[in-house]
Amino acid sequence: MNQGSLFKDLMLFLVFAGVVLAAPVLLAPLGANYPDLLQKFAIFGIFAIGFNILFGLTGYLSFGHAAFLGVGSYASVWVFKLLSMNVIPAVIFSVIVSGLFAFLIGFVSLRRSGIYFSILTLAFAQMSYNLAYSVLTPITNGETGLQIRQLAPSDRAADYVLNLRDEDLRILDQAFGVVEHGIPITNLFGIKMSGYPGFYFCAVLLILAFGLSILIARSNFGMMLKAIKSNQNRLSYTGINTRPYLIAAFVISGMFAGLSGSLLAVTDPLAGAERMQWTASGEVVLMTILGGAGTLVGPVLGATLIKFFENIFSAINDNVLQGVYSFLPDGLREAAVAVSGLFVGSGWHLTLGLLFMIIVIFLPGGLMQGFELITGRFKRKAKAETPSQQSKQPAE
Amino acid sequence: MENIVLHVNDVHKSFAGLHALSDIDLSIREDETHAIIGPNGAGKSTLLNVCIGRLKPDSGSVVFDGVTLTGKKPHEINQLGVARVFQTPEVFPDLTAIDNVMVPALAKRDGAFKMSLFKRLSREKDLRVEAERVLEDLGMADQMQQVASEMSRGNKRRLELAMSLIQKPRLLLLDEPTAGMARHDTNATIDLLQKIKAGGITTVIIEHDMHVVFSLADRISVLAGGRIIAQGTPDEIKDNPKVKEAYLGEEQV
Ligand SMILES: Nc1ncnc2c1ncn2[C@@H]1O[C@H](COP(=O)(O)OP(=O)(O)OP(=O)(O)O)[C@@H](O)[C@H]1O
Ligand SMILES: [Mg+2]
Repeated sequence: MNQGSLFKDLMLFLVFAGVVLAAPVLLAPLGANYPDLLQKFAIFGIFAIGFNILFGLTGYLSFGHAAFLGVGSYASVWVFKLLSMNVIPAVIFSVIVSGLFAFLIGFVSLRRSGIYFSILTLAFAQMSYNLAYSVLTPITNGETGLQIRQLAPSDRAADYVLNLRDEDLRILDQAFGVVEHGIPITNLFGIKMSGYPGFYFCAVLLILAFGLSILIARSNFGMMLKAIKSNQNRLSYTGINTRPYLIAAFVISGMFAGLSGSLLAVTDPLAGAERMQWTASGEVVLMTILGGAGTLVGPVLGATLIKFFENIFSAINDNVLQGVYSFLPDGLREAAVAVSGLFVGSGWHLTLGLLFMIIVIFLPGGLMQGFELITGRFKRKAKAETPSQQSKQPAE
Repeated sequence: MENIVLHVNDVHKSFAGLHALSDIDLSIREDETHAIIGPNGAGKSTLLNVCIGRLKPDSGSVVFDGVTLTGKKPHEINQLGVARVFQTPEVFPDLTAIDNVMVPALAKRDGAFKMSLFKRLSREKDLRVEAERVLEDLGMADQMQQVASEMSRGNKRRLELAMSLIQKPRLLLLDEPTAGMARHDTNATIDLLQKIKAGGITTVIIEHDMHVVFSLADRISVLAGGRIIAQGTPDEIKDNPKVKEAYLGEEQV
């Protein structure tokens, strides 16, 4: 059955889980096995999985998903400041808040479809970004960004004015008598959420998110989303009210984005407005399309690749380039460095743009389509080479 | 008096000055097969569009089973039991034939919206069996796993018919179900529609092919220039001079 059998889905899930958990070992040969980068792979993998539930299944292209990422980060940092450095309340709160926020934006944006929908989401996200810098400074701490600080003194004088942006309360932690020295680190019931433990926390959530996305894609609900993508008009003449389906898909994908925003705060407890900028929204679009929109594994693959290359290319500077081109004569070397310099360091987005163009032109279905082409060719070859075995099989 | 399923009351519809429908009064009786014929551009498809909520009439109303359809949303009208097959086949091009039929089956069983996030579609055994049977009945047993966009126009038409039949509609609206079909396929479709008729579904059928019309229709309405110019049994219509002039004449040259 084309729908994917339960067994196949289960295998896919287990293999995925295995690969993710073994990532520190598997990525060692590439030098990409240090926790900070692995955390990013997992976090943006979740972001892309969620984005794909909306874009991959319904075809509605949101250009404002970074807003939910940002909201998730802010919400988590506030929970760290007010309640507890334990990550569980922060993650739960972020997912709920970004879900509510997504409902508001989705409710309005989904009045339109196609390019108008995309532009509405973009406008909302840019609005959130600007508000975070201006009116909402009491909540976002403006350009400085929201950070975890030391506890407010417990023996405050009567006329002491509490400034929540610069001093924290952590009511729950205090109630449980957690002792703090300086600025604390996020934890999961005492396990510090930095380094590998931080990665494994993100990894487990990535695996859960992936499992959830399989369930959704195979569900009755998922079929309706695919039908919306295929022919939304027809679907309404078929008796389906498409709007609540779209809103639900939008909210779910917003919650995934909120979860990744929360995890960004978990692994590095700082939230800034730049996380909501349109470039961040565009990045998740690229990740999803690069890997293969509408496929299960593609978005995670795209997210990993982009974060991997970003890590490599943005670390290269002119000094490194001088070294690479040291075999060239002086004048030529300067020229080579100048040209290559455009594509690395802060110019890495140019490389990303080129990479994206190549993929979209030659593999519009993304990398997953590339894999399918390759494995399909192998399978055909295998079939052609072993006709006798093929014909024997039914007799067994 | 016979039970009237659909009432079209004094409907007018014009597009930028063009009177596509004027003074349309039409009653569809329970269990009848009612053919609507007329030359190209007569307003036949427009009439169906008004019935299913694709277009709003400028004035007048459409009442189905005592419920006013005018102003209702397309999905609400379908949920009341009105299914439509379009003149140019409208299917879900990216889905397989079986999924194309599963979607309306789910809409019929679960209503306009149901948040079944974790219910695996492949576990819907009962619906699937039903969907397969409808497709088999339409001679599409070999195409169940075929993606709709890869189908011939004729097969898309049959698929769309299957999408309507799975819903067991109270009223089935067919817009030229045999257009573009070869003689052989047309005959197969007539057999099929006769079966549907025997099953007792009230049907309105728009058709240019007179062979199809006279094999199926209990009554015929003739539309020309946006007006109903004649109505009656096939025999009455055959001998009606106005109809000959407006419509049949041009074919029988
Ligand atoms: N959405 C629309 N906008 C403008 N004009 C329209 C629209 N729909 C139909 N018309 C016009 O209304 C008239 C009736 O069209 P309609 O499609 O109902 O004819 P029809 O009887 O179904 O013809 P055919 O046999 O060719 O299908 C035509 O002149 C058509 O051009
Ligand atoms: Mg027509």
